[in-house]
Amino acid sequence: MKKVLMGNHAASWGAKLSRVRMIAAYPITPQTHIVEELSEMCSDGRLDAKFLKVESEHSAMASVIASETTGVRSFTASSSNGLALMHEMLHWAAGARLPIVMVNVNRALAPGWNIWADQGDSLAQRDTGWIQIYVEDNQEVLDSVIQGYRIAEQVNLPVMVCYDAFFLSHTYEPVDIPDQESVDSWLPSFEPDNFLDPENPKAYYGLVMPDNYMEMRYRLQQAHEAAKRVVSEVGNSFGNHFGRPYDLVETIHCDDAETVLITSSSATSPARLVVDKLRDAGRKIGLLKMRVFRPFPTEIVQEILGNKKTAIVIDRNCSWGKGGIFADEIKGAINNLSNRPMVYSFIAGLGGRGITPDLIEDIVKQVENSESPATSSEWIGLKPFN
Amino acid sequence: MAEKKGKKKDPKEWRIDIDAERCKGCGFCVEFCPKGTLAMSDDFNSKGYHPPMVANPDSCTYCDMCEMVCPEFAIWQASDVQKKDTHIADDLVRMDRMPHIWCPGCGIGTVVNCFVEALHEAGLDLDKTQIVSGIGCTGRVAGYVDLDSYHTTHGRAIPFATGLALGAPDQKVVVISGDGDLTAIGGNHFFHAARRNADMTVICVNNFTYGMTGGQVTPTAPQKSIAITTPYGAFDRPFNIPFIADSCGANFVARWTTYHVRHLQRAIKTALLTPGFSLVEAISPCPTLYGRRNKLGDGLDLMKFYKEKSVRFKKDQHTTADAEIGFQDQIMVGNFVNRENPSLLNAMDSSLKDKLGDKYVQWPIPG
Repeated sequence: MKKVLMGNHAASWGAKLSRVRMIAAYPITPQTHIVEELSEMCSDGRLDAKFLKVESEHSAMASVIASETTGVRSFTASSSNGLALMHEMLHWAAGARLPIVMVNVNRALAPGWNIWADQGDSLAQRDTGWIQIYVEDNQEVLDSVIQGYRIAEQVNLPVMVCYDAFFLSHTYEPVDIPDQESVDSWLPSFEPDNFLDPENPKAYYGLVMPDNYMEMRYRLQQAHEAAKRVVSEVGNSFGNHFGRPYDLVETIHCDDAETVLITSSSATSPARLVVDKLRDAGRKIGLLKMRVFRPFPTEIVQEILGNKKTAIVIDRNCSWGKGGIFADEIKGAINNLSNRPMVYSFIAGLGGRGITPDLIEDIVKQVENSESPATSSEWIGLKPFN
Repeated sequence: MAEKKGKKKDPKEWRIDIDAERCKGCGFCVEFCPKGTLAMSDDFNSKGYHPPMVANPDSCTYCDMCEMVCPEFAIWQASDVQKKDTHIADDLVRMDRMPHIWCPGCGIGTVVNCFVEALHEAGLDLDKTQIVSGIGCTGRVAGYVDLDSYHTTHGRAIPFATGLALGAPDQKVVVISGDGDLTAIGGNHFFHAARRNADMTVICVNNFTYGMTGGQVTPTAPQKSIAITTPYGAFDRPFNIPFIADSCGANFVARWTTYHVRHLQRAIKTALLTPGFSLVEAISPCPTLYGRRNKLGDGLDLMKFYKEKSVRFKKDQHTTADAEIGFQDQIMVGNFVNRENPSLLNAMDSSLKDKLGDKYVQWPIPG
């Protein structure tokens, strides 16, 4: 069934089709429609789940951690300062190896107050142990939530599906909504090995002494390493079943490219136009869409960028005191290659400013006219100020 | 600037001024005018609203009710002799930011009027008055007032204010925020500030909904009330804000509605002058998200609803436990609590003085 859905409703449909049983959330712009739609679905019986409107995001994550611990497939959604408030519990969800799936609508952090697109909120959570998927369009929102549960439940890691505020959250696009039967035949019901069960009493979340903590954490890292393979397999299997394959990254014209443009989330769409245009003009340029940020697809990035001349990374985020985060991670990933491209790092579109095809073309021109990258990220589109 | 209250005004000196462009046509001024002086005009302003007009100028007693109740700061009494030609809120609200974001018929602007008038009457040094708000529609007050103000994170207005009051004890700290901000995400802080009698006045605008994010259910929403997250009615029991503040030991606790502009203004004035933690809950219309979904009509209908449903608190008959608000049920209003527990700063000072004697130097050192 095709419907014209806003990104937020695509997320709600993803959760519904995944047959989540417990949803706890707190309202924050621009996430609200997701849980409003889900509360409606729970109230009118379309979705057999408990919906809890809790008193804060911290409580939302605490509640879904608890429900997931009891063996119930759980969901939440947040954004920006709401996600920041969840921070403590995000570590908990991953450390406890709970396959929760949440949606984060990427919105700038305050101050100054700003409700528009910016990846700073979820990238600040990169070390919490969550798998992070950055999606480009509303179809991918729905598909990634469903895939999220299959990935999460295979590797026992929580999954955060991230997409840009307003560019996706409030924008309507045609979305193919799979039948419930079709999803049921692809996504198995959640049957965890370990869960809180009165028949089989266990104590959860106790103190771990130095003699065990490090091994416990090593297994968290191992789970992320394994997740790289699982994300690919699940994306491939999803493609076979639903006709829309996914992977850790997507490449466009990268094989013979000398220059590779690297984007994530909705900024990828205008980059596609620019790459097509420059290809038509005979330029050897390709596009690498970074879909999964954690686990970081180091091997694939090495494979794609090895022997290329130039990589241009556009970040809608900044690690203060360092620079564009995707650029930095990419530099780290290729550092040990003997033949590696120059990496140009650009920061654009913070706080909801547009990353337009013109802007991307300007970036490419600027790189073509320069000898070597600056030592720090270059900010694009700044207006004059004192 | 504020002319003496209670004194009869010479109608020859006074007139009613209307800034039609600020008006959103809520009709509060026309309905609240005790003399039938005003009427809605057939004119349109540039936003498409019908502003009011002075239909019977001779009947006006210049009581200032229209000016106090107008949430848009669009109507006021003016006098060349008395040198008053602006709305009472003009010198404390950033009029360059008008029109504000609040919907037609929203009561937050009315609460701002009551606050501004109370601030003037309390005689506080405006250079030493700090406004703190959290997030939400009411959270915008911090951005609109022309005072030192802080628009903090969701729920964290009270802890911010606590730090402000301790760090700068010569300042009067006022928190103006909504029910969602103060009792849900910030609920924990609310209890503790009241328990400690932290030095601040909290004005909680309660409209029973999260307005800014589109009308989700809040912890104050009466059972059975409809919100976008409770399409078949809220099922959990709401907070009774005065009861909580009272039971925690707050020094001053009041609740009025935006219908009771005079009482609300006086309660805020008392709160501002009360040491320790003072709380004024202002029940306020949200016609867009609460009124509409709960079939309570527009802002004006909600004002009439408050008038009909309000019950006065009587000390010998009621306690704050009776102030719980049921669905479409009575709203108990009044000044519930006025006590003199030591404030957080005083308690801290006297405890340290006892312990340290002459060695104790109050922090921060005054001056």
